[in-house]
Amino acid sequence: MRFVESMIKKSRLMSPWMIHFDCGSCNGCDIEVLACLTPLYDVERFGVVNTGNPKHADVLLVTGTVNHRNRHVLKQLYEQMPGPKAVVSIGACNLSGGVFKDSYNVLNGAHTVIPVDVFVPGCPPKPEAIIDGVITALGVLKAKMGMGPAPEPALMPGDADAAKPAAAFGES
Amino acid sequence: MLSILGALGGLILAPFAGGLLSGVDRRLTARLQSRAGPPLLQPFYDVLKLFGKEPKVTNAWLVFSAYVYLIASAFSLFIFFMGGDLLLLFFVLTIGAVFQVVGAICVPSPYSQVGAQRELLLMLAYEPILILVFVGFAMCTGSFMISDVFRLDSPLLLKMPLLFLALGYALTIKLRKSPFDISAGHHGHQELVRGVQTEYSGPYLALIEIGHWLDLVLILGLCALFWHTSGIGMCILVAASLFTEILIDNITARLTWQWMVQKQSLLAGMGFALVNLLWLYVA
Ligand code: SF4
Repeated sequence: MRFVESMIKKSRLMSPWMIHFDCGSCNGCDIEVLACLTPLYDVERFGVVNTGNPKHADVLLVTGTVNHRNRHVLKQLYEQMPGPKAVVSIGACNLSGGVFKDSYNVLNGAHTVIPVDVFVPGCPPKPEAIIDGVITALGVLKAKMGMGPAPEPALMPGDADAAKPAAAFGES
Repeated sequence: MLSILGALGGLILAPFAGGLLSGVDRRLTARLQSRAGPPLLQPFYDVLKLFGKEPKVTNAWLVFSAYVYLIASAFSLFIFFMGGDLLLLFFVLTIGAVFQVVGAICVPSPYSQVGAQRELLLMLAYEPILILVFVGFAMCTGSFMISDVFRLDSPLLLKMPLLFLALGYALTIKLRKSPFDISAGHHGHQELVRGVQTEYSGPYLALIEIGHWLDLVLILGLCALFWHTSGIGMCILVAASLFTEILIDNITARLTWQWMVQKQSLLAGMGFALVNLLWLYVA
């Protein structure tokens, strides 16, 4: 039984199926996410399959500005994914709202709605950075299963004095 | 007694063979698309991971259907290894297919529903071909028993080459390979999210996946029957059919269901099969 359990834990790290949710990005981030699937980058090397189905997925990739309408969709997608799961937030818009930060219609990042494990900054981030983000998310999963240390959170310049993101509309 | 033990042994080995074959499939597909592709053991990682996931189901029928599909696949493979009756094998296989549709229809998801309708059309397309192929077997050997095939001294391929082609059609449809992947995309490409399998998740998806491996082994086994006189011949036939499947999967676009049922299956597949049957009847 111990053997099977350790095999299952190992397999989790070998086959992260992904779902990509676009919260309303300018499409820059989406194209870079899809570029990861092309022959040049080929994320299937790591067992990544783009399932497009939350019920099959292990890793949720979110791009674009989260707003008051699509936050419900985002939350629902996250809840439909069976655990263990990880969330990767991609692009300036999704990290903090980007250029739309503090607009009346925009939430300041996906992390105000669902727990995010990895942030991939950039506008848009390179495909290499996105692949790195997915692999780091696997590191987070690994740490959650008690198989290794949690990956160091990467700090951006100016992170230290950045203010806490504003609360979502209707929340205190 | 010995044959039962042998068949059970084969049944235990079959998932490993099927998993490896689908690993080869994914790797070859990647190479044909000039990618590196996943490791050879990727299907096993996928299934083990799925078993470790939290079980989340929309209703109990889904679970029941997943189990019935797996059991039907395993049982038809068992009949095959026992050298049993082709007709019985056919009916058991159909039960599995029907329960996949039942599982997909009992949930409200529209993707699943459309997938189920399309799966029914797929069955409409491949089942008549499969039956005609079995009739061909019966005309050559005088019975529907698989064990009787091994009494012949010349390979069946010489007598029913067109039926072999028709079986190739049925194989592509049954394995949901492109251009017939209208009910559930097999690789990453999604039209209907995942069609009939949309609502299965975690361990139940793993059961379906294992059932699919068993189907793969069964169908390649049927292909091997066409050259039963030599082991090398069997291997050549199996390798050639698998490679052709993967090649066709990669170079063709998805058909609409009208094209699939009317032109491809009824005209081409059944046409081949009927011409071959007539030839067997005359000769
Ligand atoms: S981060 Fe940049 S590229 Fe990405 S969605 Fe926002 S504006 Fe577009």
